[in-house]
Amino acid sequence: MTRVLIVGAGPAGIRAAETLVAAGLCPVVVDEGARAGGQIYRRPPEGFLRPPRTLYGSEAGKAMSLHETFDGLVRERQIDYHPRCSVLGLQDGSAQVLSPDGVLSLTYDCLLLAPGATDRLAPVPGWQMAGVYSLGAAQIALKSQGVALGRRIVLAGSGPLLTLVASQLIAAGATVAAVLDTAPWRAQIRGGIGMALARPGVTLRGLRLRAGLGRRYSAGVNLTEIEGDGSGPAAITWRDAGGRHHRTACDTVALGWHLRAETALADLAWAEFAWSDTWAQWLPRTDMAGRVRDGLYLAGDGLCLLGADGAEIAGRLAARACLADLGHPVDTGEQDGDIRRMRRMARFAKAVAAAFPWPAEMVRAVPDEAVLCRCEGITAGELRRSLSLSGKDANRAKSLSRVGMGRCQGRYCQIAGAEVMAGQAGCDPASVGRLRSQPPVRPAPLGLLASRADAPE
Amino acid sequence: MSRSGAMHTGRLQRLAEADRPTVTFTFDGRALSGLKGDTLLTAILASEPSLRDAEFGPERRAGFCLMGACQDCWLWQEDGPRLRACSTLLQEGMRLRAAPPDRWPGP
Repeated sequence: MTRVLIVGAGPAGIRAAETLVAAGLCPVVVDEGARAGGQIYRRPPEGFLRPPRTLYGSEAGKAMSLHETFDGLVRERQIDYHPRCSVLGLQDGSAQVLSPDGVLSLTYDCLLLAPGATDRLAPVPGWQMAGVYSLGAAQIALKSQGVALGRRIVLAGSGPLLTLVASQLIAAGATVAAVLDTAPWRAQIRGGIGMALARPGVTLRGLRLRAGLGRRYSAGVNLTEIEGDGSGPAAITWRDAGGRHHRTACDTVALGWHLRAETALADLAWAEFAWSDTWAQWLPRTDMAGRVRDGLYLAGDGLCLLGADGAEIAGRLAARACLADLGHPVDTGEQDGDIRRMRRMARFAKAVAAAFPWPAEMVRAVPDEAVLCRCEGITAGELRRSLSLSGKDANRAKSLSRVGMGRCQGRYCQIAGAEVMAGQAGCDPASVGRLRSQPPVRPAPLGLLASRADAPE
Repeated sequence: MSRSGAMHTGRLQRLAEADRPTVTFTFDGRALSGLKGDTLLTAILASEPSLRDAEFGPERRAGFCLMGACQDCWLWQEDGPRLRACSTLLQEGMRLRAAPPDRWPGP
């Protein structure tokens, strides 16, 4: 039977698996999580008792439906499921997979990538210290462990997650000292109109959550510095939209500017990329169904940042594209209906991106002494100085400065790094190019790479 | 050294589901306890302000993304492979350390 390998078991991967199983295939599903669901519908470990309504709020029904669908596929042995496994590389129709027992090699005829996204980060002076987290981290800690990452938390950045995480933390009893949004009101109103036209219900829910933040929330903020006391943050300093200086005491800061698509595996599979002005990042190129070419399909936030609802649709679309290419009959009415739904999601997402823009000016102005690469403590000044040798070429600057070469492999510095380079060179970030992905896309102990778990004795 | 100094208050605040069974473990030789279902990161930061020293700067580190992407939360077992504290569940009797064991080649 044809082997389809799905990477990722979030909303996109689950709906893709369900669609392939309905057509009689038995896909292989590799996921890094211990339990399927992805990040936004992440499940706590066994033994936690909070009900879905507490964990997922208004989205509880969608979360339960996805979890039940996936658990059913596993129970009925309709998929070959590999939890707690990371794909390290792809070569000649086989994926090298780091499992708890060692490295496996999984062969495939078709590859469907649904790896999701991470937070998109901008450097704020002091962000390297213990007690500074991504916004997603604050949400994961609450949802999957029932903890707040501090006793007095400041959330800063921009995007839908900023308001959502703040609301969830407050509802759970955490102390949120301030919610600092770098998006100016002007952008939020302009984008908000587009959001409301595309998805009025979702937009209204967001406005209600925002209203609940009250005076904690400030828009149009410029973040200056996270001050530390040796064991972590003591305060964050910032300027409000009117230019006045503020200092907010805190012991934890969570940062995030919407999302960064996880594209390393698409890159290793030779997808083409194009700069997205909307998202201010490089995204893979596909047709409307997520098809890169016959045999390679992308879905979810790893393709385009449409969020969980868009990911479910994208998972179905990509799976049907794969089925059509394999010669299976596909209901074109269903496919066309999902493409229409995707267009609405894309209109909404474009408005979200306009409402909560990437803070390009703040990043370009980050001081020379600020750490840009958290992994190796490399400063913005070191990257700027490397430009005299590298020219405006992201890959050469990476070799010279090591920004993007640390253990996160550029996930948390490459977008800001390109912006800093562009600021220094006086160009736009697209023209410094895109960092090439290198296997292994997760660090793997050499001993495990050398001893294959599935090797013959 | 901040690790063994005055501040032994945990960074994290437990907000829900704190009535799970207790699990005991050691971290750099200190006896600590967490709850069944805790990740290593949760269990350690419930009693400590941070996890480890940064390799390239003077600051401490306490994890960053909590989803296995940033590799900020590496810890070592006294006898065994390197672990990601954010995505490894605590088990009874684990003996953890903030730095790799002092031998070569490392795990």
